[in-house]
Amino acid sequence: MTTSSLSPDPLLQEIIGPTPGQKLRRRVVGHRGLLLGGIVLVVLVIVALFAPLIAPHDPYAQNLMGRLQPPVFLGGTWEHVLGTDHLGRDYLSRLIYGARVSLLIGTVAALISGTIGTILGVSAGYFGGRVDAVVTFLINVRLALPVVLVALAVVALLGGSLQVVIFVLGLLLWDRFAVVMRTSTLQVRNRDYVTAASAIGASTTRVILSEIMPNIMNNLIVVITLEMAHAILLEAVLSFLGLGVQPPTPSWGLMVSEGKNMMLFEPWLVLIPGAVLFVLVLSINLLGDGLRDVSAPEGRS
Amino acid sequence: MLPFILKRLGLAFLVALTVSLISFFLLYLSGDPATALAGEGATSEDIANINARYGFDRPLLVQYGSWLFNALTGDFGESYYFKMPVSALLADRLSVTMLLGVCGISFALLTAVPLGVLAAMRPNSLIDRFALFLSVAGQAMPSFWFGLILIVVFSIKLQWLPASGASSWAHFILPTVVLGYYAMPAIMRLTRAGMLEVLSSDYIRTARAKGASEGRVLFKHALRNAIIPVVSLAAVQMGFMLGGSIVVESIFALHGAGFLAYESISRNDLPTVQALVLIFSMFYILFTFAADVLNAWLDPRMRSS
Repeated sequence: MTTSSLSPDPLLQEIIGPTPGQKLRRRVVGHRGLLLGGIVLVVLVIVALFAPLIAPHDPYAQNLMGRLQPPVFLGGTWEHVLGTDHLGRDYLSRLIYGARVSLLIGTVAALISGTIGTILGVSAGYFGGRVDAVVTFLINVRLALPVVLVALAVVALLGGSLQVVIFVLGLLLWDRFAVVMRTSTLQVRNRDYVTAASAIGASTTRVILSEIMPNIMNNLIVVITLEMAHAILLEAVLSFLGLGVQPPTPSWGLMVSEGKNMMLFEPWLVLIPGAVLFVLVLSINLLGDGLRDVSAPEGRS
Repeated sequence: MLPFILKRLGLAFLVALTVSLISFFLLYLSGDPATALAGEGATSEDIANINARYGFDRPLLVQYGSWLFNALTGDFGESYYFKMPVSALLADRLSVTMLLGVCGISFALLTAVPLGVLAAMRPNSLIDRFALFLSVAGQAMPSFWFGLILIVVFSIKLQWLPASGASSWAHFILPTVVLGYYAMPAIMRLTRAGMLEVLSSDYIRTARAKGASEGRVLFKHALRNAIIPVVSLAAVQMGFMLGGSIVVESIFALHGAGFLAYESISRNDLPTVQALVLIFSMFYILFTFAADVLNAWLDPRMRSS
């Protein structure tokens, strides 16, 4: 059995067997959900990054003479592939720019909450005792607060804008990071390499950063994907309820909300942005689930 | 058992106290509530009047103390918008939300548990894959979008079910589905994992060896043990669901506590919002406490943690 055509000595390759890196690559390529989610997500990220080049029209340009044109598959024209909204703005262009809003909010909110949650969770797991008790208490308090209600109230008080929504979601979604990072740290903190690092006199910071963190990174990445999806859905909910990102910013949640009043006659106004949101969140979740399977093959059921 | 309950009770109490502190101070983020309440063009005299009437000129901690004390006696102040006691509003609206929550969790359990059992009976079969697909897709589906699709299909196209209001049981069907589907994936996965674990255990093999029928093995022996963690998950999900009621109730125009929260936030009705944050949190704390106790009662190993 040859594992690679580049190998100089097939016999040697057979004895050594595939390297951990090769094994990982095989598992990634063999995992259909991971591949599908990853590819869709990469495409959406590219669309978001190059929105000005890809979008056929200005997403803010109104044309009151050409309002509510249907998409091309419902008898519309190729000029506006997905039709136009109630202000005559090109729907496809707004969708493309909307990907920017969703991905930006998802990424930054997950990074903020990831930082908070990781610091809390790792300290709780590493130091234990009182630190652990305090962090566990904070997690309990955070879980008791209803996310949608608190986020709505705070965003309404501070005024809806991209920054406020990101900030509020970032401050609310750290609980799962803290829970997972705490458990992961507990699992590795008594391993031999951690004891060895402390024994040769490495500082606490050094032990945490260069011994513990690399070994719990896989779990962190999985939670980042899950919370990114969570933040994107919550932004859409806030914007749908009219208390998140404000018009005329093209947010998918806002587009569903704007289309809601014309749902009776033009259901595609609601169906299209919701479907895109569903695909984005699904791809992130598939990627996260896949990463969990691939990084912990023994945990597969 | 009693020390465990007391410890959990103490923790729940501390969490509740902290949450009350947060829900009170959260709403001072906007700055001076008197100015906000007086609106544009108010004179300093108006603001002084409002301050005197609502007690905004007292120190914050004193305000918090009296708010908490009144809340404990069931007095949440007067709604700025409805000009009536918040407690009366809540009594009126909470019943709708509670009914919706019970329907939602029942729907989730009645669909997710059988699906999880079937999936565990035949791992990697078509039904297992279907259940997995449903749980992955369910988690990615925006609830407001799902609700609107159901309205388009069942209310507008087929005209089977009403789209808004709460005057009959039929009005609750679509909201129940939208609220319940979100809890389904977690319950389904936990049932499946629990059943898989239990079905491979020694006592199930013994039961089969004794010649017990498959139905008896599944329901009398396996499900009884696999369902324990599901019960506590359902309690926690029920707590989350009350929060989810905001979206569902505003889509279907059900006048429950969630809709009240949405209206009050839009209208800057601080006392109502404060009371709702507190009440929703208290329900969550109560449900998780009940789940912990139930778990410890059913499974003595949990009592030590």
